[in-house]
Amino acid sequence: MNLPILTLITFLPIVGVILILSIDSRHKELIRVTSLLVSIVVFLISLPLYFIFDTNTYDMQFVEKLRWIPSFGISYHLGIDGISLFLVLLTTFITPITILASWHVERNVKEYMIAMLVLETGMVGVFVSLDVFLFYVFWELMLIPMYLIIGIWGGQRRIYAAVKFFIYTMAGSVFMLLAIIGLFFLNYRATGEYTFNLLEFYRMDISYAVQFWLFLAFFMAFAIKVPMFPLHTWLPDAHVEAPTAGSVILAGVLLKMGTYGFVRFCLPLFPEASHAFIPVISWMAIVGIIYGALVAMVQEDLKKLVAYSSVSHLGFVMMGIFAFNIQGIEGGITQMINHGLSTGALFLIVGMLYERRHTRLISDYGGLTKQIPVFATLFMIVTFSSIGLPGLNGFVGEFLILVGMFKSRILYASIATSGIILAAVYMLWMFQRVMFQNITHEENKTLKDVSKRELAVMIPILLVIFWIGIYPNAFLRKMDSSVKHLLEQVERKVLVTPNIQKQDNPDLHDNSIPKIDIVPEKETEW
Amino acid sequence: MPNTSIMTFNILSILPVLILAGFGMMVLVVDVLSSRKMGEKNFLAYLSLIGVVIAAFLSKNFTGTTLFSFYGAYTIDNYSLFFQFVFLLCAGLTILISKNYVQRENINYGEYYTLILFSTIGMILMASGADLLNIFIGLEIMSISIYILVGMKRTRLTSNEASLKYFLLGAFSTGFLLYGIALVYGATGTISLRQIAVFIAGKGGVLDPLLLAGMGLIIVGIGFKIASAPFHAWVPDVYEGAPTAITAFMAVGPKAAGFAAFLRIFFIAFGQVHQDWEKIIWILAVLTMTTGNIIALIQTNIKRMLAYSSIAHAGYLLIALVAANNMSVSAILFYLLAYLFMNIGAFAIVIVISQKEDSFLKISDFSGLAYKHPRLAIAMTLFLLSMAGIPPTAGFVGKFYIFSSAIKSGYVLLAIIGVINSVIAVFYYLRVTVAMYMRGPEREFQPLTLSPFIFVAIIISIIGTIQLGIFPAKVLEIAQRSILLLR
Repeated sequence: MNLPILTLITFLPIVGVILILSIDSRHKELIRVTSLLVSIVVFLISLPLYFIFDTNTYDMQFVEKLRWIPSFGISYHLGIDGISLFLVLLTTFITPITILASWHVERNVKEYMIAMLVLETGMVGVFVSLDVFLFYVFWELMLIPMYLIIGIWGGQRRIYAAVKFFIYTMAGSVFMLLAIIGLFFLNYRATGEYTFNLLEFYRMDISYAVQFWLFLAFFMAFAIKVPMFPLHTWLPDAHVEAPTAGSVILAGVLLKMGTYGFVRFCLPLFPEASHAFIPVISWMAIVGIIYGALVAMVQEDLKKLVAYSSVSHLGFVMMGIFAFNIQGIEGGITQMINHGLSTGALFLIVGMLYERRHTRLISDYGGLTKQIPVFATLFMIVTFSSIGLPGLNGFVGEFLILVGMFKSRILYASIATSGIILAAVYMLWMFQRVMFQNITHEENKTLKDVSKRELAVMIPILLVIFWIGIYPNAFLRKMDSSVKHLLEQVERKVLVTPNIQKQDNPDLHDNSIPKIDIVPEKETEW
Repeated sequence: MPNTSIMTFNILSILPVLILAGFGMMVLVVDVLSSRKMGEKNFLAYLSLIGVVIAAFLSKNFTGTTLFSFYGAYTIDNYSLFFQFVFLLCAGLTILISKNYVQRENINYGEYYTLILFSTIGMILMASGADLLNIFIGLEIMSISIYILVGMKRTRLTSNEASLKYFLLGAFSTGFLLYGIALVYGATGTISLRQIAVFIAGKGGVLDPLLLAGMGLIIVGIGFKIASAPFHAWVPDVYEGAPTAITAFMAVGPKAAGFAAFLRIFFIAFGQVHQDWEKIIWILAVLTMTTGNIIALIQTNIKRMLAYSSIAHAGYLLIALVAANNMSVSAILFYLLAYLFMNIGAFAIVIVISQKEDSFLKISDFSGLAYKHPRLAIAMTLFLLSMAGIPPTAGFVGKFYIFSSAIKSGYVLLAIIGVINSVIAVFYYLRVTVAMYMRGPEREFQPLTLSPFIFVAIIISIIGTIQLGIFPAKVLEIAQRSILLLR
């Protein structure tokens, strides 16, 4: 079995783009079907990843490595482990669903589908890259299609939201670029070899002062993406203005890139700095959890409510990751998937309501249960999944995160737990106002129940929601060895420098910019 | 010291230059002898294009050789050959985008192409000059040709104004440069870059005030040509007033030539006293990037916006100059090549979109372009994203390389200021894409008249931008082999 699966799933969407380019833009239906088929094929090809995946090893699997820019030691290096496996699958799973959910897009269908497929390439690429340079290329690449999706097919303030999204993300990631270059030279100084191989970087021992700054640079990029309070302000704008599919992708996959970045880069590369940052990150996460929940509660716009609930949920993921134990991190990863599924589904639901009534204000609805019972059922399941009802996926993630948090830091854990209660409040209250009570608007009496296409959009998500909820081991087992290895990596490095706990406050004033005197000038190959 | 046996008067070494000069004069003569009307003289463009292509083939033959001809005044090494390639490509692309433009704007004079070829000669001399006078002569040949080119639209007031402004300020800055050269000569007794380095080494790397002043004046003189702040005030007016094709040409050519001379003078002659000039260039770099980017934010005219953006790009290039390691030479070479493609590509699209008398040059005139001419809009987006440094484009690899060279030498703060600047820059480049994709058209778009010439230029630019962005390995290697022979 030597098929380059990862390359296929990364670049098949681009092949799809070329196919679509050759179709005349008047044949809208053909374009839609083509892109749907391409994305389904990508999903089918990605399925073997799950089944062939070897749970006994933490090594990278399905590795592909080709020289790309040899003079910098940059290679085309792909591979996945238990941490990225599910994020890849989530991406290939969500994309066909969003394409199916955007069937109603009538304006510039061709460009829209091209943007969606390029976006898929970017997202998958981020999760499968093991070369840091390659990772950065994909990381930035996916900005452009998302920017266009928000800016062209979005709502009233779409241009503002699109530009804000672009600038915010870009502002964070350029610092990451510098940190990547810094890592490159550090590694060169240590080993005398030019490489951007992440696995090589893992072996480096970086002094704490340098770690601190590099961590900060990566932190900027990832924290904006997650987004963590107070860097979250682009998110509500982007979510509200984006078309439904844009919101689903944004919530489902894009935000996960931030949390994934923390797990993949920050923890193993800068373990001491990560440890030192626990209080900062925990408080940012806690404020995000409670602030997001409170703001979600008072929203009158359904989409904004779901957007702010994302801020709250992602706070939990961050808490889990920075609990630094196996439950916390596995919970965090599981919760990334769960959030992708349930919040993605919530945006789909809101999109369906919007298509029917062209309003997203909660007060314009009410009493819909009797009119559209099937829709109500779907909505209810998704709501429960988002709250974390046992038996559904959300519960597994939240439970693990809580276990992890309480094991490491009880104070943070007990404050953060209140977010779960708040989540129940705002979600159920919203559900009640939209679906129950009496019908107050005449228009709501003639609503149509879900169509077959909409069912086809929702059913796969619901199946996975139940699957994770009922048999989480199918997922957790696959991550086990990778997460354990990650923790070992972190612990080994932290133990080597035992004075780390005392160094919680590095002297910021002393050599405020570390002069990374990287390489002696003698080598000539430049 | 170079081997004296190759320090000969070798006329063959300047064969590309001779070819360019010959074709330049031929264009003039043929123009006069022809009885056709101005709008029909297509052969002028063909002729000059042939000249450029022949010159390029001839200079390709020199690859790998190191030659000091004219008794050490003229150098051929991989470094100068890389620049020759950039200049010739720049001239070739400019001729391609000019052909229909000059006919539309009624400036299809023979001098137009001749002057492009002559200024290319000046650039080549600058990049190959191994002594200060040779560099100066090259700079003058280049500048005087461009002064005239800027004012080519004789009947347009803005063009005249731009030409006069550029000429007056340019002459002034040339004075600075020459004065600086004189001081350096007075202090060291030589104009040869290598001899100056030997002299400084003999003094134990300490500069006397005379030499220091000379160095400062040279920075001013060349700083003007590469449009670095605070010597940039002429740029927006001149770029706006000049014929658009010439704006594209002068945004790349003189800048590249200026950097060629800058690198040679400061890495070879003043290489040992890096600590004496790094701070001043550091400040220039920061000023240049920041001024360019911040003022570009509020421009409404696309030519002015690109003018300020070109100032900012000079700032990025200065970062690598400050870093002064072997990596920075190849970074600057690579970046200039990338900049050549994306800049000429963008200007080519501006030419296509604008109409007679250079109307429709506001950014708002691009509104809705994506729905009228989607392919043009995609191409423009590609060039803008590349200038903004978004992967996978040439501009990204170039920026990556430049910041790498800065970090390699430990200039972390400078690199941070650089990346913050590139975020600011994203904003104004996005404004054009916002107009093209996210706003409705504000005017009627004329049916496109895409002549094969400009089409070829755009295609070459697209290929260059993508190729350098996705598969840069080959060009990177060439750039790394083209470093200066230091010290």
